[in-house]
Amino acid sequence: MNLVKGRLFHILVPVVSVLLGLLIGGIIMLVSNYNPVSAYAALIDGIFGNGYNLGETIRAASPLILSGLAVAFAFRTGLFNIGVEGQLLVGWLASVYVGIHFDLPKVIHLPFAILAGAAAGALWGVIPGILKAKFKVHEVITTIMMNYIALYATNGIIRAYMLAPGERTKDIKESASLASPWLQQITEFSRLHYGIVVAILAAVIMWFILWKTTTGYELRAVGFNQHASQYAGINVSKNIVLAMAISGAFAGAAGTMEGLGTYQYMTINNAFTGVGFDGIAVSLLGANGSVGIIIAALLFGGLKIGSLTMQSAAGVPTELVGIVIALIIFFVASSYLIRWLTNRFTKGGKI
Amino acid sequence: MEYVIEMRNIRKEFPGIVANDNVTLQVKKGEIHALLGENGAGKSTLMNVLFGLYQPEQGEIYVKGKPISITDPNVANRLGIGMVHQHFMLVENFTVTENIILGKEITTGGRVDLKKAAKEVKALSDRYGLSVDPNAKIENISVGMQQRVEILKTLYRGAEILIFDEPTAVLTPQEIHELMEIMKKLVAEGKSIILITHKLKEIMEACDRCTVIRRGRGIGTVDVAETNPDKLAAMMVGREVNFKVDKTKASPKQTVLKIEGLVVEDARKVPAVDGLNLEIKAGEILGIAGVDGNGQTELLEAITGLRKAVKGTVELNGKNITNHKPRRVTEAGLGHIPQDRHKHGLVLDFSIGTNMVLQTYYQQPYSKHKILKFPAIYDKANQLIKEFDVRTPSEHTLARALSGGNQQKAIIAREVDRSPDFLIAAQPTRGLDVGAIEFIHSKLIQERDKGKAVLLLSFELDEVMNVSDRIAVIYEGKIVAIVDPKETTEQELGLLMAGGKKQKAGDRSESR
Repeated sequence: MNLVKGRLFHILVPVVSVLLGLLIGGIIMLVSNYNPVSAYAALIDGIFGNGYNLGETIRAASPLILSGLAVAFAFRTGLFNIGVEGQLLVGWLASVYVGIHFDLPKVIHLPFAILAGAAAGALWGVIPGILKAKFKVHEVITTIMMNYIALYATNGIIRAYMLAPGERTKDIKESASLASPWLQQITEFSRLHYGIVVAILAAVIMWFILWKTTTGYELRAVGFNQHASQYAGINVSKNIVLAMAISGAFAGAAGTMEGLGTYQYMTINNAFTGVGFDGIAVSLLGANGSVGIIIAALLFGGLKIGSLTMQSAAGVPTELVGIVIALIIFFVASSYLIRWLTNRFTKGGKI
Repeated sequence: MEYVIEMRNIRKEFPGIVANDNVTLQVKKGEIHALLGENGAGKSTLMNVLFGLYQPEQGEIYVKGKPISITDPNVANRLGIGMVHQHFMLVENFTVTENIILGKEITTGGRVDLKKAAKEVKALSDRYGLSVDPNAKIENISVGMQQRVEILKTLYRGAEILIFDEPTAVLTPQEIHELMEIMKKLVAEGKSIILITHKLKEIMEACDRCTVIRRGRGIGTVDVAETNPDKLAAMMVGREVNFKVDKTKASPKQTVLKIEGLVVEDARKVPAVDGLNLEIKAGEILGIAGVDGNGQTELLEAITGLRKAVKGTVELNGKNITNHKPRRVTEAGLGHIPQDRHKHGLVLDFSIGTNMVLQTYYQQPYSKHKILKFPAIYDKANQLIKEFDVRTPSEHTLARALSGGNQQKAIIAREVDRSPDFLIAAQPTRGLDVGAIEFIHSKLIQERDKGKAVLLLSFELDEVMNVSDRIAVIYEGKIVAIVDPKETTEQELGLLMAGGKKQKAGDRSESR
């Protein structure tokens, strides 16, 4: 009974958070002299309204799923991977490099490019992992620093070795592309690509590793209690490094969504893409679970894409959706508040 | 007779569990009233109801004869009910005075008047003979002193009724004695005390009356003067309890563990174990007696592979296991009930079922090709839960949610079930109630009778003397004597533990 209650609560917090976020977002619109009803109608239309919008929503969600998985995997093993953004950038570059410089049949080239991205992300995650395991350097600091190194290093490499006209690399070869004319066609020529399949597959992989394998058992044990893990003969250092490697691999795969899917190249980035940081929010809203992350990523992807229609059709600036997203995160993070509210509500109902 | 506190027929439910069922507690003014029950019997729940943290489903509370509903701790405070928590709620780097006045600061012109407050604290401390230095920092005073600060905190807030939640769990014998004196002084000054405990000795020593709870139900209230520990224990557990450990004579066989010239350094690189020799044979329980901090922890960590030995050897069944990794030592035939069950024994956020395979999850049948086999894991868990009487709602319950005694039973179940040739039991009964202690002792003896070697480390001299077949006294990292528990006395052991020489002639230590 307790378990059921706990699970119900897990679902209740994000749902109530989203509703509260939309509600308060609406109030802010009212105060700012916008019509929230027409704004939200436009937002919903912008998410589901037609095939193009729906396709774009799913496309935007694909890398968010993967970056959310990256954060969640690390979190489940007791680590805060704030470096998803950097791991995503190196993964993006590695996949594009493989996409441009190899000539292989599609069945080999595409998986190879994706794995190259994941491997690069893993490598970028392993460095803070080793520093943490061997020298007890806190991973939050190192992963943040690694983000900057990734940003400027990838820009430098593109500029020095891979530059094409337009401050970007060349396009990848078709054999390494995730793009799908069929998916584009059924979604009224959105940029939807097969990345969503990769992302959902990755969600299944994370669930499987964490909950069904001895590796996951060890990773979670180390995350909860290093002393008891050591006592039980689990190699704590190895598992910290492994956790960061797997987390980084998900982040790197998120980069391949952009490189092999949406853009087919890599640009010189003036700033972070934000997809890696959004992963923290996705993971939080999705309660660090595979299914939750997919739903949360679709929601955030939808809000971002829908906000474009909201601006054009209802004249409400996209920034307001940014505020709504921030509010949702705020309410999830302060789940204590929601617990208190629901307790009051249920108590009131009983008496 | 009017009661200062009267809780009538209290019932408190949690999802799936009735924590209190028809419990009545009546406390007279100026008495020390014990609330006795096993771990998980519902003592803390009842006190949390009184303190306003929980609302009862049924029952009434009267304070000084008036019916009252205590909706939150502030109400309890206003009624003069104060709680001395088991885990202190103090700000480490504040002074005693700052801690005591926290939330009730005396201010003059907007500034906290610490001098005046310190004077008041001093006066209060002197009145009850607490001898607390109001200007000392919390981090610099002993645990016993910190507890007195907690007592002062409640007194400063005008408490008339003090609840002590298992106050002696963290204290040394000397400090326990002093606490008992303080409590007597408090009631002499007109305060009333509720003492939550499962230690019968304390009740007999200090309390006037005693209310017993068993599995959430109120069993009754007795005058301490008209009862004895056996009767109290029977009320608490629901059956006769055997304080004497039943065991036959040991029949030791071959040597299982052999330690020679072991040197282990502590965190400061000082040799904590310093040239230690020890042998343990199959079919015997060897108890280690010693004052805490004489190398016991480091010795166990070195044997189990958690800490590197600098010199010397450890052999298990004739195989050298010195400085082997914990898993290799475990696989060589070690079972280990660790000292700190929360830190080392369990992953508290795992279910009790998954904790049961913490040492074996990577082996068949619990996993195959690195894939966990949950049916096998839960089958094993359920078998152990049944066999070792681990009281848990289900195998999926988080280990964190179980009481200390049941957590310990789970660890013992896990370790004993692997049938290791050598079992280390480090403080296996710390903080447990008599029922659980009896159970654990009988399990250790059962293992011995199966021909296993058992190493028992305990800081309770009674336990070492009752359970062991031989006692090794450790002092400054060396075994200074090996004595026969039947022939030694507490005085002799105490002397040896303090570094004194053995008085009787003969070298029994070498003859076995």
